[in-house]
Amino acid sequence: MTLLSVLGVISSAIFSGTSLLYTTLGEVITERSGIVNLGLEGVLLVSASSGFAVTCRTGNPYLGVLTAALVGGLMNLVLGYVVVTRGGNQLASGLALMFAGFGLSALIGKPYVGAKIHGLPRILLPGLAKLPRLYTSLFQFDMLIYLAIPTAFLVWWLLYRTRWGLGLRAVGESADTAFASGRNPWRIRYQALFVGGLLAGLGAAHLSIAYAMNWTEYMTGGRGFIAVALVIFSKWHPLRAIVGALLFSGAVAFQLLLQASGVKVSPFLLDTIPYFLTLLVLMVWGGTRRYAAPASLGRVYHGTES
Amino acid sequence: MRETTPFFRSARLWQKWIDSVARYTLMILLALALFGLILLLSGRNPLLSYRDMLKFTLGSAYGFSEVLVAMTPMLLTALAVALPSRLILINVGVEGQLYIGACCATWAALTFSHLPAYLLLPLMALLGMLGGALWALVPGYLKARGIVNETITTLLLNSVAPKIVSFFIFGFWHSPVDTDKTANFVPAARLPTFFGTRIDLSFWIALALLGVFWWFMKFTRWGLEMRAIGGNPQAARRNGIPVGSYLVAAMCVGGAIAGLAGMAQVSGYYGLLLANFSRGIGYMGFLISWLSFGDPLGILLMSFVVAVIFTGGNLLQLTQALPFAAINLLLALTLFVVLARVRFPAFARGKAS
Repeated sequence: MTLLSVLGVISSAIFSGTSLLYTTLGEVITERSGIVNLGLEGVLLVSASSGFAVTCRTGNPYLGVLTAALVGGLMNLVLGYVVVTRGGNQLASGLALMFAGFGLSALIGKPYVGAKIHGLPRILLPGLAKLPRLYTSLFQFDMLIYLAIPTAFLVWWLLYRTRWGLGLRAVGESADTAFASGRNPWRIRYQALFVGGLLAGLGAAHLSIAYAMNWTEYMTGGRGFIAVALVIFSKWHPLRAIVGALLFSGAVAFQLLLQASGVKVSPFLLDTIPYFLTLLVLMVWGGTRRYAAPASLGRVYHGTES
Repeated sequence: MRETTPFFRSARLWQKWIDSVARYTLMILLALALFGLILLLSGRNPLLSYRDMLKFTLGSAYGFSEVLVAMTPMLLTALAVALPSRLILINVGVEGQLYIGACCATWAALTFSHLPAYLLLPLMALLGMLGGALWALVPGYLKARGIVNETITTLLLNSVAPKIVSFFIFGFWHSPVDTDKTANFVPAARLPTFFGTRIDLSFWIALALLGVFWWFMKFTRWGLEMRAIGGNPQAARRNGIPVGSYLVAAMCVGGAIAGLAGMAQVSGYYGLLLANFSRGIGYMGFLISWLSFGDPLGILLMSFVVAVIFTGGNLLQLTQALPFAAINLLLALTLFVVLARVRFPAFARGKAS
């Protein structure tokens, strides 16, 4: 196996893992405020389709990314109305959001199936300009890839080093206590959902505008659910989310490597490895009682009188 | 305490029924209005669409039979969620259990295709149920031992199951023509259909299972003990009820029913196994069960409503050039309105409340 094919594998793993990292970071924020969003799959689909549609119409991929992010935030706010304001069950409402996403994205994306766009421009990794052309083509990444890991640090900073993050985590642990100390659990949860949606939208934008550069129905292929799993895997911590995303990209890379070296292993079976790993990790943690879920995850906050 | 008076003798219960039917009707009307708005925005005529939908689904015998066909997997998957939910177990894993059930049933259909139908079909059903039960065993066990929450594990396993199905289809079972599906099953591996429609045996089985579920919960000792655990697990444990065994058993029976739904899909509806065939039937079952509070009659009504929407959506694909997936939006709006329990003004709710 040549160096070139190894590098190619790493490059494609980075491309496929980026959208996951953004989505996982978004879900870390919402779950830290006490809300599980099982509808991420739907949010991703609607963001990906609308971002793609805008890019197609205007020819400007940055506008597409912006649209995707905003649409992601708005989708999450819809969930917010049902689960925060109306007190609907989070699991059921999330799944309903998923079905809404299936439908809405199909409607939005239908005119653009098969359309071609100029995706986000790709910039060569600095300092590699002297390499042969064959190699440099593997290290041309788009803006969203470069920003992915800094975003993880930004989310960490927001959650752990700002007043807003402190309030958000407090609401996620105990909405009653946070309310008693002068925070507004409803507002904070809406904010968390919106920011989480923005990040999920960025992930979706990377998928449709930078990576695949097309739109097909159900194109996210379960990434929303993977992100929910990765949040648990990373124990609701944004920096460990990087490890989680790397785990999945690594599995993709491993699978491509095996294919490149001619080993006959079904890609479908390799795809299942990260899930089993997550399950294993959960079992080990569960046994040692170091399970770090926000304490009021999934609970409705009714206010003080009830 | 549960009301023990037969409901046909109790005027108050009737009043409650009429009241809740009226509420649900209004909710569905609201969802229809919202979806109509979206149709209007996308340049389609909502009134015409709804007329077509109604005419096709409820206005013709064939359309009505198609509604019942669409309803079948929903009844089964909702039941697969409802049974564990009586023990406050959240089985989000029906989607995965369904896939594994379909996979096991397909193995039987392909391997023993020379058997006569009266042997092959029970074998497929048995294997499908076994597969679904095994897929639910791990989450059930981990929950009963207090190691990992069943919501998380079943969700994870949901992502694994379709990949295992794809592994078998693409690797071994695919037909000479297509890579993503098996060849058509032999006639002996197909569930018998009725009245010249696509309604197959699994519809009647689903109805029977709903009845059994109701009877089981109400009139058997196990049902009583399950209700006790659902009410207060601590108290149940102190009274000597083996709570852990019940948790594992309920998950497994739920998984078995989901596996049966998978078997019914491949043996009845499709007549072959297709990669990623479900697209959320299991999650739909979860929603239906949740919205009807695990009540058999509620499951029946909710499944019917959802099936009407789905079947009608099939038609809109043809007449209004809507993508089929778009009907999910109407469905989701209906669910949102119910989940958010939109309160209607007093005049619409009647006097009772």
